[in-house]
Amino acid sequence: MNHWPWRDNRVTPSTDMHATVILFPGSNADAEMVRTLRDVLQVRTSIAWHRDAELPAGTDLCAIPGGFSYGDYLRAGAIARVSPIVAAIRRHAERGGLVLGVCNGFQILTEAGLLPGALTRNAHLRFECRDVHVTPQAEGPFLTGLPRVLRLPIAHAEGRYQASPETLRALEESRSIAFQYCDREGRIGRTPDEAPWTEANPNGSTLSIAGIQGGPRRNVLGLMPHPERMSEDFQGGADGRSLFDAAVRSAAETMAPAEITGDAGGA
Amino acid sequence: MSTDVKATVPSPAPFPGDPAVDLALARSHKLSAEEWARACAHLGREPQFAELGVISVMWSEHCSYKSSRVHLGRLPTTGPRVIQGPGENAGVVDIGDGFAAVFKMESHNHPSFIEPYQGAATGVGGILRDVFTMGARPIANLDSLRFGRPDHPRTAALLRGVVAGVGGYGNCIGVPTVGGELSFDKAYDGNILVNAFTCGVVRADRIFYGRASGVGNPVIYVGARTGRDGIHGATMASDEFSAEGPSKRPTVQVGDPFMEKLLLEACLEIFAEDLLVGIQDMGAAGLTSSSVEMAGRSGSGLLLDLDRVPRRAKGLTPYEMLLSESQERMLLVAKPGCEARVEEICRKWELEAAIIGQVTDTGRWVIQATPGYDPLADAPIARAPVTVCDLPVDFLTDAAPKYDRPQREDAGLPGRRAFDAATIAAPQSWSAELLAMAGSPNLGSRQWVWRQYDHIVRGGTEVRPGSDAAVVRVPCERDGVRVEKLLAFAVDCNGRLCELDAFQGAAMAIAEVCRNVVCGGAEPVGITDCLNFGNPERPEIMRQFAQAIDGMAAACKALGVPIVSGNVSLYNETDGRAILPTPTVGAVGLVRDAGDVTRAGFPEAGLSVLLLGGRRGGPLGGSEYVVRHTGEVQGEPPGIDLAAEVRLQAVLLELLRARPRHVLSAHDVSEGGLAIALAECCAAVDDPARMVGAMVSLPEEDEGLAAGLFGEAPGRVVVTVRPGDEAEVARIAGAGGVGVTLLGSTGGGRLSIARQGALLVDVGLAELREARERCLEAIVGR
Repeated sequence: MNHWPWRDNRVTPSTDMHATVILFPGSNADAEMVRTLRDVLQVRTSIAWHRDAELPAGTDLCAIPGGFSYGDYLRAGAIARVSPIVAAIRRHAERGGLVLGVCNGFQILTEAGLLPGALTRNAHLRFECRDVHVTPQAEGPFLTGLPRVLRLPIAHAEGRYQASPETLRALEESRSIAFQYCDREGRIGRTPDEAPWTEANPNGSTLSIAGIQGGPRRNVLGLMPHPERMSEDFQGGADGRSLFDAAVRSAAETMAPAEITGDAGGA
Repeated sequence: MSTDVKATVPSPAPFPGDPAVDLALARSHKLSAEEWARACAHLGREPQFAELGVISVMWSEHCSYKSSRVHLGRLPTTGPRVIQGPGENAGVVDIGDGFAAVFKMESHNHPSFIEPYQGAATGVGGILRDVFTMGARPIANLDSLRFGRPDHPRTAALLRGVVAGVGGYGNCIGVPTVGGELSFDKAYDGNILVNAFTCGVVRADRIFYGRASGVGNPVIYVGARTGRDGIHGATMASDEFSAEGPSKRPTVQVGDPFMEKLLLEACLEIFAEDLLVGIQDMGAAGLTSSSVEMAGRSGSGLLLDLDRVPRRAKGLTPYEMLLSESQERMLLVAKPGCEARVEEICRKWELEAAIIGQVTDTGRWVIQATPGYDPLADAPIARAPVTVCDLPVDFLTDAAPKYDRPQREDAGLPGRRAFDAATIAAPQSWSAELLAMAGSPNLGSRQWVWRQYDHIVRGGTEVRPGSDAAVVRVPCERDGVRVEKLLAFAVDCNGRLCELDAFQGAAMAIAEVCRNVVCGGAEPVGITDCLNFGNPERPEIMRQFAQAIDGMAAACKALGVPIVSGNVSLYNETDGRAILPTPTVGAVGLVRDAGDVTRAGFPEAGLSVLLLGGRRGGPLGGSEYVVRHTGEVQGEPPGIDLAAEVRLQAVLLELLRARPRHVLSAHDVSEGGLAIALAECCAAVDDPARMVGAMVSLPEEDEGLAAGLFGEAPGRVVVTVRPGDEAEVARIAGAGGVGVTLLGSTGGGRLSIARQGALLVDVGLAELREARERCLEAIVGR
């Protein structure tokens, strides 16, 4: 019989990290986020509900999964940002705690102002689900030790990153563009105006931006591709796992000093 | 039988404002004069207006299966794994370790033709509710779509709308759409088909049924409020279209997948606490059919108070509330004392819940409402409910008419079958012919479709769309013990072959859907069907239906796979022109070991390409090749040797389960024949960098080239093996009575097909892939 599949024998960073996955009404990519954290990385993983006023004590990584929070009926992520839990996430981020928003989670982070810019309708106006390539373009707690090119899946209708020229300049200057869409060799194409999406840039994002980071120590990452859906070989590749491994290493490095200062957990 | 039981059912007084009921009004509700007389005789009186509406939907083809029931009994529905066969919201099959697969397929053809996005979306929503109603978490959707000819003026908008609707619902609720099928034929110009399949997984000891038992138990309404949408959807589904069909738009429901996501999670939480006696979704015929069917299965009665029904439209009448098909609503019967906890869980998920009645032991379905009462009114009047409907439950269910309608062979069929495909002039270039076929709307890549479906949400999808079967890993947990189940899925039907021979075509659909699941490395454990046909009152259509049932039954018996759920969709006609008979079938397969999972594409260069099963491709009748060259579905169709099919599937499964593995990929030969199957093996891989070419020879030298390349005879599978393993594969196949032919080997950047040393087809993989991927471009653009 098949055993529980996610007891992967690859080296797992030894960790006391505590991850919390946030559930909004309409979150639907929570199962794979929990599975990747709990079963692939063997991280202690809790669930927080959108009405909770605080993250569980001891939370190191707060992960906002994809989905259609509140049905996305206003704009993707627009209603979720006024949830009680978002205030707690904001405090966690300001303390330097790790925050990861994937897909709708990224949209919530931009709507809440934790990351700049906005995610608008894909240039071709269709939902698109397929594998793309992204290349990490900066340094940060989620980005250490990543391969130069990652193959990751996307699944969204509103993933076209857009921001004002000033914001884009600031992002570039502060090395806050975390991931850019690219081809399999890692080449970032120019997106022509007349056909604003390409095989490499699936939604027509400005500067091919697939993810950006922010927070006091680049501790907040939002990205459209789903690393948690490509963290085991059976899923067609495991490139996404490297991003979680980086987060675990980062948490291990920062945990001890945080405890000394009595700032851990945000209780 | 009970025509002498006069005046046993007291008549409610006419409800203020309702029209008087007579035969003419009954006829406008699609009841025949005989059915009207039957209803009056059973009741010993004439029904009131709301009662007439209720009778008309409960006795509609859609709800009563009145033309199909006498035939459906011939389908095999039992087996050692079957926990629940047809008759419930969905079928249930044991998948071991205390878990079960719950699955069903349903049509939403008529609504999708009128309003493609909402029709398709609510079709998906409805089948999802059928599955999670039984306690299961849905883990996979598939769809089977049929459109008219590619250049029909409505095809582009219908295709765009339906695909966006299927995706829009599944993507939002978070159930992966992992596979399906799509084809075009002019027979669907005026009546498209949208069939949706859902499978869920449940603990085998936590299955919930649509039952309403326990006198005094509360009946709870949960979910969206009731509006005027979808009134008489069930009777519309039992009617033909005419040229002014799109004017029926107001009867199409509007879906809200976010509401359904909340409903899903709330129901799963309620199930986990074991608070319910029974539950059923309000689908076709809404509150009426859900409550009647629940009482019918339990032999109980119900007393419902419509004043308590949550509503979103002002001034709803009892008639409208009973017949509304507003989406995302569930009817629950709670265990005594559990209603408060049910309401609490609903509040957590921001859902409305209202106790609207109770279970009785009267065997009667009694509906009350206060005339003029409207909770949405500025100043609602005082409640003083009166009886609106008082009908025996069995009168609405068991006493519904059953017809053994006359059958007659289609007089034009022998003429169409007599067409000789050899009269089609051979193309100048078989390479160009292959590229044109591979790039045709019926045979090319479905990537434009499945890219609009989130096929990987929940992270369990192992084999994505594009192989013979999709495979999904399902984490299952009970009492702290976790196991993982791997399930394989496929849906199939070739309506053209059914048109030329309904028995053989339907048997081939069953054989193919099982073969596809086996190609994925799984054992088929159950089948669901969605039987789409024309007007059953025409003897030729009824003949098709009866023969298709017999063909399905023969194939299911031979292969040992039961049909556990299904749906019948009749009256698929516009202006008297019927669709191709399309008995769509969906299969669920169980993968025994994760190492058995198999894909269609050639995995690497340097492998030997073998053909398992028959060597001949013809006859060509009903094939894409013939339709492409003549515009008509005609010619002598292939038949199926069921005994050979059983041997083929057994051998293939044995090969895929053998260790070490000899067979590295498997792809069945179906639409487009061997040449198209080989093209798919080369080019239909997720990653274009992984395309692998091949150099092969046709297996049969004594056959026309067109039939050898493009004939669609069943019972054939293309596999790859490592060099040196051919003899062992041939030994295993031979022991199982299956022929093996060495076709050639994989490698290079081209697909080359020869016969007797003469090269027939030689195409580059890049141009092959481009042709396949652009196959819908002429319809929907880039």
